[in-house]
Amino acid sequence: MANTSSFSSSPSTKFSFDEKPHVLAVDDNLIDRKVIERLFINSTCKVTTAENGKRALEYLGLADGQHPNHNDLKVNLIITDYSMPGMTGYELLKRIKESPTMKEIPVVVVSSENIPTRINQCMQGGAQEFLLKPLQLSDATKLRCHIKKPLQGGFAGEDDHA
Amino acid sequence: MDVLSQLQRQLADFLASLYREGFVDDQFTQLQKLQDESSPDFVMEVVSLFFEDCEKLVNNMAKVLEQQVVDFKQVDSHVHQLKGSSSSIGAARIRNVCIAFKTFCEAQNREGCLRCLQQVNHEHAQLKANLQSLFTLERQIVAAGGSVPAMQ
Repeated sequence: MANTSSFSSSPSTKFSFDEKPHVLAVDDNLIDRKVIERLFINSTCKVTTAENGKRALEYLGLADGQHPNHNDLKVNLIITDYSMPGMTGYELLKRIKESPTMKEIPVVVVSSENIPTRINQCMQGGAQEFLLKPLQLSDATKLRCHIKKPLQGGFAGEDDHA
Repeated sequence: MDVLSQLQRQLADFLASLYREGFVDDQFTQLQKLQDESSPDFVMEVVSLFFEDCEKLVNNMAKVLEQQVVDFKQVDSHVHQLKGSSSSIGAARIRNVCIAFKTFCEAQNREGCLRCLQQVNHEHAQLKANLQSLFTLERQIVAAGGSVPAMQ
């Protein structure tokens, strides 16, 4: 069961025509990664997890020295913890928003601490939302609705009926 | 009452007591809601991961606290992790100990920290035993042909 790689992906749907939204979840806490993953899989998303900002940037092709060549990489939502070693969720947010290729992806920051200055900082930095941990099913459902808006090409055949 | 109904009644009562006594909170209910046919062992898996993580953190904290000069920032960082994990799975009592624990770290109070560490151990053992009983009951229900709905 031990996952030695830095990312893990849930199995993607066989049919690429009606694609499930792809969520990138970044959190240094293994238990939180598991819970967030399940939350979004249950909201019919495909989930990739990363254990820190550096790995997330590598996945997105935005790491130092990388050439953004992931033309086929489709990420519809990034959800990141704020407090992480090395690079905070805010710093990750900024890097994503500075990228011409990735800046349109909505980034949600989550934190276990309710600190208004922190929340403001993230919202000013371009975060879609700032949520408090622990996340619940209702949070995932709400975020899932954000993804329904046409972004990064949108979804063919996306069902709008609840 | 047939065996299945008895077991289901037992489960409902036991679960209710866990909530009532503050062992678990609403976040645990959220976890149960996430469990379904595609992930039938989700709760057990996450809970196992948590207990492993908890043990590791406690061992690390114990080592740091027995040093001549205690690095309270390190202890605090471990407590922060534990607080986060326990909160995510709904382990309310452990989370509450962590809140007190953090205060002692900030006050650089070694005795206070050691007391909290002991409390974490105690709560960990109790919760583990309780959840094991819970999972056993659930297994018995499934074996008796029943299903296990999430508690409302």
